[in-house]
Amino acid sequence: MKTRQRQHEPVIGLEVHVELNTESKMFCSNSTQYFGQTPNIHTCPVCLGFPGALPYTNKKAIEYCIKIGLALGCEIAEETVFERKNYFYSDLPKGYQISQYRWPLCRGGRMVVKNKVGEEREIRVNRVHMEEDTAKLVHQFGISNSKGATLIDFNRSGVPLVEIVTEPDFRDLAEIRDYAKKLQQVMRYLGVSNADMEKGDMRLEANVSVRQVQSSKFKVQNELPKYRIELKNINSFRFMVAAVQYEIERQIEALEKGEKLVQETRGWDENNRRTYVQRVKEEATDYRYFPEPDIPPIEIDKDIETELRRQMPELPWEKTERLIQEYSLSSSQARVLSETQEFADYFEEAVKVVNSLSLSLSLSLSPVRIANVLINKKFDREQVLPARFVEMIREEEDRPGVSSEELEGAVHSVIAENTKAVADYRKGKEASLQFLLGQVMAKTRGQSNPVAIREALLRNLR
Amino acid sequence: MEELTKLTLVETLEGLEDKKFSTEELCVAYTQRIGELDSKLNAFLTVNEECGGIPVAVKDIIVTKGIKTTAGSKILETFIPPYNATVIERLFDKGVGVIGKTNCDEFAMGSSGENSAYGCTRNPWDLERVPGGSSSGSAAAVAANLCVFALGTDTGGSVRQPASLCGVVGFKPTYGLVSRYGLIAYGSSLDCVGSITKSVEDAATVLEWISGPDGKDSNCSQQFKLDRTKLKSGVKGLIVGIPGEYFSQGLDKKVKEVIKTSIRKLEALGCKTVEVELAHTKYAIATYYIIATSEASANLSRYDGIRFGGARDLFGQEVKRRIMLGTFSLSVGYYDDYYAKAARVRTLIKQDFEKVFERCDVIVGPVSPTTAWKLGEKLNDPLSMYLSDIYTVTANLAGLPGLSVPCGFADNLPVGLQILGPRFSEEKILRVGYVCEQVGGRKLRPDVQSYSTSGVE
Repeated sequence: MKTRQRQHEPVIGLEVHVELNTESKMFCSNSTQYFGQTPNIHTCPVCLGFPGALPYTNKKAIEYCIKIGLALGCEIAEETVFERKNYFYSDLPKGYQISQYRWPLCRGGRMVVKNKVGEEREIRVNRVHMEEDTAKLVHQFGISNSKGATLIDFNRSGVPLVEIVTEPDFRDLAEIRDYAKKLQQVMRYLGVSNADMEKGDMRLEANVSVRQVQSSKFKVQNELPKYRIELKNINSFRFMVAAVQYEIERQIEALEKGEKLVQETRGWDENNRRTYVQRVKEEATDYRYFPEPDIPPIEIDKDIETELRRQMPELPWEKTERLIQEYSLSSSQARVLSETQEFADYFEEAVKVVNSLSLSLSLSLSPVRIANVLINKKFDREQVLPARFVEMIREEEDRPGVSSEELEGAVHSVIAENTKAVADYRKGKEASLQFLLGQVMAKTRGQSNPVAIREALLRNLR
Repeated sequence: MEELTKLTLVETLEGLEDKKFSTEELCVAYTQRIGELDSKLNAFLTVNEECGGIPVAVKDIIVTKGIKTTAGSKILETFIPPYNATVIERLFDKGVGVIGKTNCDEFAMGSSGENSAYGCTRNPWDLERVPGGSSSGSAAAVAANLCVFALGTDTGGSVRQPASLCGVVGFKPTYGLVSRYGLIAYGSSLDCVGSITKSVEDAATVLEWISGPDGKDSNCSQQFKLDRTKLKSGVKGLIVGIPGEYFSQGLDKKVKEVIKTSIRKLEALGCKTVEVELAHTKYAIATYYIIATSEASANLSRYDGIRFGGARDLFGQEVKRRIMLGTFSLSVGYYDDYYAKAARVRTLIKQDFEKVFERCDVIVGPVSPTTAWKLGEKLNDPLSMYLSDIYTVTANLAGLPGLSVPCGFADNLPVGLQILGPRFSEEKILRVGYVCEQVGGRKLRPDVQSYSTSGVE
């Protein structure tokens, strides 16, 4: 594997569909809530594709799409056009999907991701465009002799969907994972999507191919392979990652055997844990895109763009950077805290509380300390106000607690008694530290300070 | 009671206002007349006994809640829409009721009415002849006084041409003045709801009722305000453009004579006429049939038999032909040479008009190169059928308003004069139409009553 990877490298591009959390659908006024709903209750002539119905554009969705584009550093089109993407499928009521092709809303962005060795790499975003979701097919299998049936739930039909397409810039799975995670974070920061992958709010498709790594002497490294395998209709992120990994290995193996790979679409067979061919190139669909005559071209006024830019929140990576600068946090602390806006806000709120205390009281409560406790202590932030949280830290400090000898003794015996957890921790399993911490806490009858325990543990585990 | 059905919309409104008769009496009178005559004409596909308002006949391609709407197709034979088109709602607000749904070429694809899956409508002036299309039933119904007025749709002339062939007023407004919501789409960028009426003033009234911004149609943003004094203020000083291209080969001699006479009358009333050039007219038919069919190929994809209607083999020949044409025009390898090129020519046609309207207020010419032709005459020659739209498709391609006004007869068959104007120049067009109607003299109606029961078929 090691040597192989040196000769071949994967070339991967991602297409991510993000369902927006607007109140109403993309082209009609029905609710977008379809998850767990009675089928076909949020429907109307428009999203059922009835004769005579016309789409009317949801302005909010357009704004959300622009915000996503801005977050990814895209250029926003001055004029954007919807087009019809023609194909027949039972979940597509009009026989075409209103999408964008030649004139997308946003173009040319980027996202910085970490690769498997922790280096930062830039992924180019080709485009971010707006479209509508299809209905949902529900397959019912027949009982005994009766035939199965496929039912169609149109609640999802017409829910606004943003498609984010990258250039084929991914080189390993760590980058894909980081990209997906960051994208999800961005959506939540912007408040434009719940981005819940399990609920289908965020769906990934990957184009995977591999190429020979050229020696640096001949710098033609950017030539793309002549084929690509599209991984589609894989409904879980975990399966997608497995499928990409499988494909990389399958393709390298094939190339090494001297086989020629061709363009095809593949799916994931979870039972046998392998990909399988769904469609080969010869059958590739011609979508016959043409401008949607029912929706006039949309002009994006510079003022609108400026206003949306003004509304942009601090983005996750900006927040991380600021937390490091402003509070001297470690980059890992800052990253954990900026995972959600709410977490970072809580932290900053707590620091504010500390700053309002008298100097003698706040002295021992540095932002780094607050961050540490906040990250390590499990409690329901919704139930405990930041002020109360700060109070709790102080109470713990004031507690009689246990002597350092007693604590040291407890730590030693816990390490001796839990060899497996210790080994796990040393292998990199962070959760094991939490477990050990709990054990020490129990041994000291809950009298010791978690921060002190952690410090003692770390010292002894080094 | 027969007298009631002769009244124009304006006269009917006055009569109702003065309590000379009631809406119920109107409905009864029209329903009776439909019962007596429609077996000859086949103008109606559905008659609504519970009309409940001023009786309008609606082309069966405009959806009506609870009333079967077939688009003239077998594929929608059982389709009962769950909603009303915006224009229907607006008419309801004015006390209008749907007396029936009228026959039309399947999905509005046709120029003779013969492409209806429910049999052809007959021309009330001569039952052996076509009424024109695709709003065939609406035009025939108005001509035969089977309704006070009718709604049609015009994608390439489908309101103006049958109006011309049936001797009634047909008005296609500017694209974007009347909502298309609820109009079963054929060529979405060309489709327009229009009126077929007994008078020009009626056309103005209907337009005022049905026009105006609709949140459900993103292309619909303007309102028409009717000013009756302006409508009747005459045409003195107006500059009328006469495009040479509309009088060249293919135009029937007798039709040409009638049109020329009308133009002389306009001059006598104080209009100044100028020769104008619409250089790209010769490409209009090709352009129209590429754009309309391309859009149709997508619009008709929804008829998959899953949510409503039947299977796709129920489409008629002409519909299948146009779906194929459009699908090819949009396909990889053809798109640039067909759809994209047609879209560019469309821009040139628009520019032709823009240039011309710098020099004149309106353009006047024939609606159709011939009067109503015999049933079956062009059925096996789709190309000659397509060519009959030559003078009307340009207005759709450019999104312009166009009015067809009866202006005389050739061989006892009605001839319509077409008046075209810049976008949103409805008022001017109606003004010209109004004087044409006045000097046209006798407002003739076909003598439908004289049809002998054995005369047809």
